[in-house]
Formats: sequence, C-alpha cells, structure tokens
Amino acid sequence: MTEFNTRDLVTILPELVFLGSIGAILIVDLFIKPSQRIVTHVLSILALAVTAGFVWSAAPAERVTAFGGMFVVDMIATTLKLAVLLTTALALVYGRHYMQERKLLVGEFYLLILFATLGMLLLVSAGNLVTAYLGLELLALSSYALVALNRDSAIAAEAAIKYFVLGALASGMLLYGMSMVYGATGTLDLARIVAATPDVQHPNLLAVGVVFIVVGVAFKLGAVPFHMWLPDVYHGAPTAVTTFIGSAPKLAAFGLAYRLLEDGLGGMSPHWSQMLAILAVLSLAVGNLFAIAQTNLKRMLAYSTISHVGFLLLGFVGATPAGYAAAMFYAVAYALTAVVAFGMIALLARAGFEADEIDDFKGLNQRSPWYAAVMATIMFSLAGVPPLFGFFAKLLVLKSAVDAGYLWLAIVAIVFAIVGLFYYLRVVKVMYFDDAIEGGTLVLPADRPLRWVLSVNGIALLGLGFASGPLFAWCNRAFGL
Amino acid sequence: MFDPLRDILLGYGNTGLTVWVLLKILAIAVPVIITVAMFVYWERKVIGWMHARMGPNQIGPLGLLQAFADVFKLLFKEVLRPDAANKTMFFLAPLIALVPALAAWAVVPFDAGVVLSNLNVGLLFLLAMTSMGVYGIILAGWASNSRYAMLGAMRAAAQTVSYEIAMGFALVSVLILSGSLNLSEIVLAQKGSKGLLDWFWLPLLPMFVIYFVSGVAETNRAPFDVAEGESEIVAGFHVEYSGSAFAIFFLAEYANMILIAFLASVLFLGGWLSPFPESWGFLGAPGWWWTFAKAFFFSFFYLWFRASFPRYRYDQIMRLGWKVFIPITIVWVAVAACMKYFGWVTIGA
Amino acid sequence: MTFELVCFYVFAAVAAAAALAVISVRNPVVAALSLVLTFFSMACVWLLADAEFLAVALVLVYVGAVMVLFLFVVMMLDIELVPLRETASRFLPIGVAVAAVMLVEMLMLIGVRSLKVEPIADPAATAGLSNIEWLARSLFTDYLLPFEVAALILTVGLIAAVPLTLRHRVGVKKQNPSRQVQVRREDRLRIIKMAAETKQGESP
Repeated sequence: MTEFNTRDLVTILPELVFLGSIGAILIVDLFIKPSQRIVTHVLSILALAVTAGFVWSAAPAERVTAFGGMFVVDMIATTLKLAVLLTTALALVYGRHYMQERKLLVGEFYLLILFATLGMLLLVSAGNLVTAYLGLELLALSSYALVALNRDSAIAAEAAIKYFVLGALASGMLLYGMSMVYGATGTLDLARIVAATPDVQHPNLLAVGVVFIVVGVAFKLGAVPFHMWLPDVYHGAPTAVTTFIGSAPKLAAFGLAYRLLEDGLGGMSPHWSQMLAILAVLSLAVGNLFAIAQTNLKRMLAYSTISHVGFLLLGFVGATPAGYAAAMFYAVAYALTAVVAFGMIALLARAGFEADEIDDFKGLNQRSPWYAAVMATIMFSLAGVPPLFGFFAKLLVLKSAVDAGYLWLAIVAIVFAIVGLFYYLRVVKVMYFDDAIEGGTLVLPADRPLRWVLSVNGIALLGLGFASGPLFAWCNRAFGL
Repeated sequence: MFDPLRDILLGYGNTGLTVWVLLKILAIAVPVIITVAMFVYWERKVIGWMHARMGPNQIGPLGLLQAFADVFKLLFKEVLRPDAANKTMFFLAPLIALVPALAAWAVVPFDAGVVLSNLNVGLLFLLAMTSMGVYGIILAGWASNSRYAMLGAMRAAAQTVSYEIAMGFALVSVLILSGSLNLSEIVLAQKGSKGLLDWFWLPLLPMFVIYFVSGVAETNRAPFDVAEGESEIVAGFHVEYSGSAFAIFFLAEYANMILIAFLASVLFLGGWLSPFPESWGFLGAPGWWWTFAKAFFFSFFYLWFRASFPRYRYDQIMRLGWKVFIPITIVWVAVAACMKYFGWVTIGA
Repeated sequence: MTFELVCFYVFAAVAAAAALAVISVRNPVVAALSLVLTFFSMACVWLLADAEFLAVALVLVYVGAVMVLFLFVVMMLDIELVPLRETASRFLPIGVAVAAVMLVEMLMLIGVRSLKVEPIADPAATAGLSNIEWLARSLFTDYLLPFEVAALILTVGLIAAVPLTLRHRVGVKKQNPSRQVQVRREDRLRIIKMAAETKQGESP
C-alpha cells in the first residue's frame, strides 16, 4: 500500500489549481446576473491560462509518476495539456457570441467545458487503467450534457441521446477489454502491464482484451466502423459546443490511444497495429467519400474529422516513437485547425440563422473578403495544401507510415487525400465564384475578441506551416528522439 | 445463560444451528411485536393526558388490555381488496414493509454481547434496511389503484429518499469518531471517565438532532406525516387497507419508530453505558436497562411531537431536508473528521 | 455439498430468474421490482463470498435509492406496451446473437480463470484486516486519485442535471403556499371611503 505523499500533490499541482479555479468559478457564477456572464467567461479563460502557466513551469524534464503510478507527467502529457488548454480557450472565445445570441450562455456551459478539460488533463496523464477510464468518463459525461444544452432543439436532443448511448457502449467495451487485460496480467498499472506482457500465462485472453480496448478507443476517436455518432453529434450540437468537442477531445483521444496502446499494451503492438491499419483505411475511405455528399458544413467537417482520424492512425500503425511523434503533431495541427473552422461557422451565425449550410457561404468574398480569405486558409490547411500547417502534418504521418513499412497504406491515404481536396475546394469555390443568396453587407458580431482571435488563429495556420520545424522537433523530443 | 441450550442444539449439526438462529430471531421479533402493541396504548394514553383527556381506560385495569383488544379487532376484520387493485402486489406490499422493519433489529445491541448478529457492517446494514422500508409504502400506493394512495406513496418515496441522505451523513460522522461500523464497538468507543460527557451527543450535537428529526421523517411520523395526511389525502398509502393487512403496516411503522429510538440511544447516548460515575454502585453500572431507558425516553419524543406540532407543509419538508439538513451534515462531517484527526475528543476508555 | 454451496445456488438461481423476469414480464412495475430482487439476490451471493461491504452498499445504493427513483418514474409513466413489444421482437435476433457472443466470451473467461491452479490470495486476509477496513485503506491510499476523480464525475452529473431539467416556464399557474399564507388583509381588501349614494326623490 502506498502511503500518501505530499510530493504527489506537487506533481499534480496544475490539475489542483485548475480544479480550485473551477470551484471558484462555480461559486462566482452563482451570484452574478445573467447579463454579467462575461465575468464567468473571463474567469474561465484566466483559469485555463493560469493552468497552462503551471503546466509549463512545473513540466519535469524526466517522466515523473505520482499516487503510486496512477498519474504520469512526462513531456507527452505536458505538450498535450498545453495544446488542450489552448484549444479550449479558443473554443470559449469563439463560442460566446453564438451562445449569447441563442440565450444559451449559461454558467453551466463554462463549467461543463472546464470539467471536460480537467478530464482531458487527467486522461493524458493516466498511468493506470482506472485513471484512464475515469478521466475519459469525466470528459464524456460533460460532453453529453453540453450537446443537450439546447433543450428546445429536437436535433440536439437526438444527437445527445445518440452520443450518450453509443458513448456508454464504447465505455462498456473499453471496460470489458480492461477487465480482460487485468485478468491476464493481474494488474491495472500500465507500466506493470507492459512488463508482464511477455510472460503472460494466457496470451489469448490478453489479445481479446486488446481487441475490446481498440474498439473502445476507435469509438472515442470516431474511426470507421465506429463513427456513426460523429456526424449527428457535430450537426446536432450548438455550434459553440461543436467547436469544443470537435477540437480539444481529439488531442485527449490521441493521449488515450497512446497511453493504453503503447504505455500499457506496447508488447501487443503486432496485434493492434493490424487492426489500426484496417481502421485507418476504412476511415480514410468513408470519411472522404461521404463528405462529398454533404450540403451541411458541420456534417461535412464531421466526415472530414473521420478522415483525419484515419491519418492520425497512420502514425500508430508502425508502433514507433517517430510515428507517435508525427501523430501527436497531426493531432495538434488538426485541433488548432478544426477549432477555427467551427469558429468560422459560429462567427457568421446570428440569432435565427445557423450559417452551417455550405450555401450560406456563397459569395462570402463579396461581403467580407477578409473572412473569406481566412476561411479559404482553413480549408486549404484541412485539405493539406502546401505550405499550410495541415500539409506538414500529413506529410509527417505519411513519412512515418512509409518508414514503418506500410507503403500501401501511405498510397491509399494520398489517394483519398486527393479525393478529399474536392469538397474542401468546393467551399472555397462557393465563397469566391458564387453570388450571395442574400444581398447586402455581412453583419458581423461586435464581439471584438472573437474576430481578432479568429483572424489570428486562421493566419497562424499559415505561419505555423512555415514554423512547423521547431514544433515537430518538440514533438520528437517528447518521444525521446 | 443460554449457552447450554445452544450447545445442545449445535450438537444436531445444521438443523440444530437453524433452530438456534430461529429461536434467537423469535426472541427479538416477539418482544418487538408486543412492545409495539403496548406502545400504541402508551401513545394514546400520553396524547390523552396532553389533551387533558383520560385516554383508553375501559378494557382491563387502567385500560392496559386496550392494545390487545385492538389487535383482535384488526385480526378479525374482513380484509377488503379494491376490484381494480393489483392482487399480488396489494398483499405483498405489507409484507415488504414489515420484513426490513424487523430485520433491522438483528444488529441492535442491547447490552455488551447481547446482539443477534454482531455484523461488522452493522451501521450500513441498518441504513440499507431502513431504506428498503419505503418499497412497502410505494407498492401499497401503486397496487391500490387509488389516487389518494398513489399521492401518499409518491410523497413517502420522495421524503424517505431525501431524509436518508441527511441521516446517512449523521451516521457517517458517528462512524468517523468511533472508527467502526460495528454497533457494539460504537458503544464502547463512547466509554470514558467523564460518563455522560463522553458520549457522542456532545461532539456531534447538531448531527444528533438531525439524526433524530430525520428519523421522524423517515418513519413518516408527525409532524412529517404527509404520506398519510388524513386531512388532505385521507390516510395516503394505506387508505384501501383494512383488517390484518392494515395491522401489518401499523406494526412496521411502530417497529421502525422504536428502532430509531434504540439507535439514537446506541449511537449518540452510549447504549448500555451508565451516565453516572462507576463509584455510584448500581446506578453507575452499565447494563441493558440503560439502553431501554434511553430508548423509552426517545420514543416518548415521538408522542410529544405528535401532540405538539402541526403538520409540516410538503414543500417545507423538502426544503428542510435538502437545504438545511444536508448542508449542515456535510459541514459537520468535516468537523468530525477534524475532531478525530486532531484528537479533540477522546475515543474509548 | 455444504450449506454455503446450497445457499449460493439458491441465491444465484433467484438472481437469474429475476433477471429474466426483468426483460420478460409485461408490467413495467413488476419488471422494476424484479430488478430489485436481482440486486438483492446478488448482494446475498456477495455476502457468501465475504464481500460484505459491497453487498450492503449494493442494497443501500441501488435497492434503497436508485431503484426507488426508478419505480417512482415507472409508476408515473403511461407506457404503451403493444408497440414496445413489436419493436422488441424486431430486434430479437440481433439481441440473441449479441447475448450468445457475450455468453461464449464469459465462459471463455471463466474457463481461462479456472485454469489457474492457485486463486489469488484474499488481500484483506493477508493484511490481517476485515474486508471493509482493507477496502477503506486501499481506497484512500492506492486508489486515492481515482476515488477523487470519481467524486468529480458525480459533481459533473449534478451540474449537468441543472441546465437539462431546470426551466422557468412562463404562464404556469403554480401555487406558492408560502406566499399564500403570508397574505394580509391589505393585499386583498381595499376599503374605500365614499359618500352614500342617494336616488332621486329618496329621502337620505
């Protein structure tokens, strides 16, 4: 039995600070008027920033564990946490105007997002199957409630129910797999599982456990054939919520996949890399082909997410540190692009108008050349056009797949990336070459931080494309390369 | 003193063991049932005095046989069942109410070592059993197929579930101080040189009050008897019951009341310990009579409340439970933890 | 066959039969009650396995609180049973297939576990503690972090329940008894001083 150690508290200090701030925000929000919700907004972003400061300054050079191995802090965790905190803050900035217009800007919106973020921080630091599962549940439960936040919307309710039922199913799969892994190895500690793998008495049992864990992780990532919930949830949820759940949780899902598959089941990589390769091919195919048929931008981005998950999995199939580094880079790049893509929809939306149809973007160039340019940058980055951020991310995972001997997989991925180019460019086409359905100038929200941050975020996709070298070096360093 | 009997019975193997356990159960259940009968007489008498009336005085000396007359009356009355009632559930409900009410007595210690089952998780067992009593009430309300009964059942369910939380927290503070879930050990943890002042009622005074008030609410007694609410819903969940089926509900309710009184004495007032210094001879010696005296004292409170307070309004009951009791208990659990950690109270002699 | 084994088979059989009743009986209230019986029988099985804390906690939490609320809701619902059964029969083949697969897997799991000659020693017994004391110690030392995170998950459930259920509806004629009883004469009755009216020709 491990006795309680105050050093453990220092290791988990960023999370404790974050939890303390959430508690404070919970109390403060109770006493302010609905018209003063800006206070909650600012405090939430402040909490994220302060936590990021603690994560950064407390980042250990070496891998540190606390609570008897339950909690792990290493450079991977630090990187993912910083990215998660940044993406969440962006999502909050982009979402405020949208929620306010629809009278949905309640304190719970912020609290649930902050709790979900806390779940992600715990998840990427998990050193034990139990912490991984609980972190995931904290994230998932908050997300279900966020999707259902708009009670008067039938599609939001439908999306929330689908999300909840399938999410619960996925959690069940994950738990079932974990129980088998526990049965085979006799421990829940990820480091001990990996140590016990070579001389397990019943390797078949462990293999069955791995199958279930992969299914559970695929569900959470949204990889085909476990993607059914994704388009409906992205479409049904309020755009501000989609902005959040479409971006930061992908980083956490990467963390979950890495912690479970590599930290815990690294010894079983021959088993799971086969499965991930199949999942990757299916995701690339289904995601890109179905996206073409969509007329709703949120649904299209959802299918595009599925195809991006396919790319993310390319980094995993080789089970090499270089592959993981590329996948992490991809996850960060995707999260920063997706958040601004959904943010654009939230920017153009106003009361009674969702702006989530592709047709709603017709002639955007005539009405607002600046935001048309930003949107075009986002679309090019998602498509992977050089020299944007998304291009380097795709390039790195493809390279890692080729290095790992999966040349055929890389070729499949490139073919589907070219297919995918079509629907991204269609958005650019309607913005620049079609006439606007409704005339007149565009009414943009007066929310200045939203417009500025969104513009910076969009332009950063270009800047980060040029500066991707140091970022990738950082990712490599996280995996000891 | 029953050891020879036990040894003889155990000599017969499993059959003997079963008989021994059954005997022990009967030794508790039968006195409980008789106590209930006499307690009803006492209640009528006390409330009569408080109302400046005589109370029952016709049957037997001082009306003492009134209780038995009531029992016989109820047993010989016809048991009616509404046509549209769900037959099985209608007759199952009283039994479901009675079983946990009696089962809970298994872990109550009357004196050092005098307990049917010295369970390690006695306190949790008690909570589990008291929380199950509500099934009888909801089933009765639903199976009767009557609006008044249904309303009573709904009120009872909501009220019981709400007050269970406050009650549970009060018990948690007791278990924090005593460090045990075993009721006998909880009594022993209250033993000390200061007698009365060492018992848990003092460090846990708010919890003590809350525990007893929640106990009154859990048993649906006045002033929290909205589940029956004669003036609004004409007796609530048992409006359709008559004769022996009604008698069983009655029995369960009173058994629960007396149980709460016993528990209050065991958990907060040192059970069989004497309030006086040991040097006082007979008065200072611990014994089962102290448990009974304290329990009698508390059961008297039930009657006193009933004669004194008007019925609470339903929304007031809910507010008291959720907005007053639960916050106080949560705070006091933390206080109790501090008391234990910093050694502000002495535990055990 | 020992007495305990007989008890185990009795409780297990009751649990299985009650579980079957949960999904097969017509009346939803009876189904909910069967679920209660399932929980109760399972608690008894756990008691036999010396997991007394888990057993009592199951009764306390699920039987005592969760199922009461379930029953509460089920009794209020007016469920149309016929369409429910139609959809049930449509999904029956898939359900049976899934159940069969899970059964095979469970049997596999049990088979594999029983292959192990040595059962894992009871950690509570090795530490010389009672079951519940050992559980408490391990929960507050080894599993402190998961324990606290589980508390956070419950907090999220609490917070999420607020926006999903709390709604200030307009136009509802709700009574507020506390304001009703606080009403004073001045709120309802207005006494106006006025000159007496007289008709033409009438003497004042």
